[in-house]
Amino acid sequence: MYVAVKGGERAISAAHAWLEETRRGDASVPELAVAQIEQQMPLAVDRVMAEGSCHDRFLAALAIKQAKGDLIEAAFLLRAYRTTLPRFGASEPLETARMRLRRRISATYKDLPGGQVLGPTFDYTHRLLDFALAAEGEERATGPEASAPVGEAPRVTELLAREGLMQRERDDEAEPGDLTRQPLAFPAERPVRLQNLARGDEGFLLALGYSTQRGYGNAHPFVGEIRVGHVTVEFTPPELGFPIELGEIGITECQMVNQFKGSRTEPAQFTRGYGLVFGHGERRAMAMALVDRGLRARELGEDVTAPAQDEEFVLYHSDNIEATGFVEHLKLPHYVDFQSELENLRTIRKSAEQALPEAAE
Amino acid sequence: MTMLTAGFADPVLDAQATFRAVLEAVSRPGRIQRAGGALNPPAPLNQAAAAVLLTLADADTPLWLDGGSAAEAWLRFHCGAPVVAQPGAAAFALATGMPPALAALAQGTEEEPQGGATLVLQVSDLAEGEGWHLTGPGIEHEHRLRVTGAPEGFLSAWVANRAGFPCGVDVVLCAGDRLTALPRTVMIAEG
Amino acid sequence: MSALESPRAEGATMEGYNFAYLDEATKRMIRRAILKAVAIPGHQIPFGAREMPLPYGWGTGGIQVTASILGPADTLKVIDQGSDDTTNAISIRRFFRRVAGVATTEHTAEASVIQTRHRIPERTLREDQIMVYQVPQPEPLFRLEPRRAETKRLHALADYGLMHVRLYEDIARLGHIAKAYDYPVMVNGRYLMSPSPIPAFDNPKMHRMAALQLFGAGREKRIYAIPPYTEVRSLDFEDHPFRPIRAPHACALCRSTDTYLDEVITDDAGGRMFVCSDTDFCAERQAATAQEAAE
Repeated sequence: MYVAVKGGERAISAAHAWLEETRRGDASVPELAVAQIEQQMPLAVDRVMAEGSCHDRFLAALAIKQAKGDLIEAAFLLRAYRTTLPRFGASEPLETARMRLRRRISATYKDLPGGQVLGPTFDYTHRLLDFALAAEGEERATGPEASAPVGEAPRVTELLAREGLMQRERDDEAEPGDLTRQPLAFPAERPVRLQNLARGDEGFLLALGYSTQRGYGNAHPFVGEIRVGHVTVEFTPPELGFPIELGEIGITECQMVNQFKGSRTEPAQFTRGYGLVFGHGERRAMAMALVDRGLRARELGEDVTAPAQDEEFVLYHSDNIEATGFVEHLKLPHYVDFQSELENLRTIRKSAEQALPEAAE
Repeated sequence: MTMLTAGFADPVLDAQATFRAVLEAVSRPGRIQRAGGALNPPAPLNQAAAAVLLTLADADTPLWLDGGSAAEAWLRFHCGAPVVAQPGAAAFALATGMPPALAALAQGTEEEPQGGATLVLQVSDLAEGEGWHLTGPGIEHEHRLRVTGAPEGFLSAWVANRAGFPCGVDVVLCAGDRLTALPRTVMIAEG
Repeated sequence: MSALESPRAEGATMEGYNFAYLDEATKRMIRRAILKAVAIPGHQIPFGAREMPLPYGWGTGGIQVTASILGPADTLKVIDQGSDDTTNAISIRRFFRRVAGVATTEHTAEASVIQTRHRIPERTLREDQIMVYQVPQPEPLFRLEPRRAETKRLHALADYGLMHVRLYEDIARLGHIAKAYDYPVMVNGRYLMSPSPIPAFDNPKMHRMAALQLFGAGREKRIYAIPPYTEVRSLDFEDHPFRPIRAPHACALCRSTDTYLDEVITDDAGGRMFVCSDTDFCAERQAATAQEAAE
């Protein structure tokens, strides 16, 4: 006699206990401390903060530990936590020109005020597995100490803008939208587009940015500047009326310089694509800047022909929390819909079979 | 300065109960629900209207009202809703006296008819089983509703409101601690 | 932010969270959307869906709607595929027990709020009940026109020619409409609406239902509704009227011949049986039969 399956509740509890066991792994290997993840996997932490849309290194590291290193799952944990936090207000805009720089490079000038600062980068490393890292407990060499860069490091795009060669961004004084409060609507304003990209999946942004370099979208990008470092976050409490410092956060900013042929009303000049992300994330900031420039096609009167220029396509599919949820929901039982498809197909085939002999007669 | 009377004793559960009363009212136009019986809002605000606004209005919903400074101060404090001078700019309009013309309130657009305003209209009395004949979504056959103190010309304005569907205004009628609703879909025939 | 302030650090309880998880500002926003949805039957209202602690696509829209309407006096039933015992239904029911402490039930008749994925219960619903549907894709036209800016315009114009053409093409090619679930309906003669992926068999239950029907799509950030006693018509043609489809068998457990059936494969030699998808309805019928036999 068939009995409908029961015991789902027990199965779920047991599965979660097993999950916890596999998360810990072999108990004879020391457990990872959250601080170790935070310190020794800083780029994973940065990515989780960016996609989790919440700047908190400790919580991001905790999420990575809990998610067994699945960074999208970790970003999801952080987002679900973030959404419950009370909102006190919005900070003053970050002043990236006053960034405390760790790294600053420009591909458009050999040298420039503030200089090129190579900083801690994988660039120019030879990608050879370092077996010495497998030996634990050894003191590793520390980098040589250099004096901090002196003087101002004005932004490259600002140098071009002073010459009239770079389009100035207009500040329309409007309060920027917030897609965590209001759903996307189209056409989307640039602040909302940038917010979407800043939280977007790194792989998706990378592929789209790459596609603009291969002819899908008419981009001629130069890296005007990438800067990595720390900026001060300021907040103006309404009762005080002047800004106070809340602390510092690490960010990466990329400004791409793109050619623009000009229009009837505007002379030919450069336009920019902009990327700004939490932590040290050059790949992410560069891809974001490429896609941002792609999405400006409509505003700049360019033909919208490529995926990276199609704002509905890009903005609706960039969020990996939404994407992974919906792709993975196909795991849920669908046997009721499937059954209706099955019966429908049987009916269609039956009537087709009945029709066939008649046709043969 | 006078002291403000309290809002909901339990902001979470009282708001939930009031919301369900309004939801039931919008879902079954003309059926009378109760809300705000424990509130003591400043005149001319009645309990039901006060409860509806405490439940639904906040910093994201511009509010127009005609209730005078005490009512305004009370609602500003408890809801934090920005008060606007033009009825057409309001998400919620509270009328304790003669309301603005329905057509003067936000109607929404063909693409976004949800932009149509909600008019919270205080009347002197509500009674089921007599008066107007209501039909439309939410009503199995017909609901009867007697509205005492409905503004003059309301029924002809309602015909025009309905004609603009899906755009239009939704009305919540409040008397004492009782309320009912007239969503823009409802048809009203004189009783 | 220190570790101690995070709710995870406090263990598995839900202390530190509001009743029904959502904060009050979010509930107000969702409640306003629900009221406008009821006032404009079948029209999709965009809302600022929040990230929930369950994945998008797993019922976050339905959960947000339920969380916004639920009160201590409610009794909640959660079903997935018609069953109270599927894993996702259990997970959602557990979530609300944890965050709202509400009573839950597996009996349709006892529930005041029923959250569902893919089915409408067989038992006729009453005026004092509310159905909450989980909706993966609220836009009925999405396979025909993926751009929401464009479908929004089509809804404004009530231009549903695309859908009629699609269904007619099915008939021309296959002799039947090839849509067996998520079968589009016209609500109150105005809006084309996705009934969510319920089998077309369930569509007629929506027509003039005594209960209020609310639909939540979390990832797509849309809420819509059907008020009680509202006309809900499945799209069809005069020469090809709408036909609800079910497997032409009797339930192997309760012998019912007019309920929706699941097909269960019993061996690898073509053995199969059919049982009610609505497990509560089936159990009640079996109990009633057993009682009759005993009397």
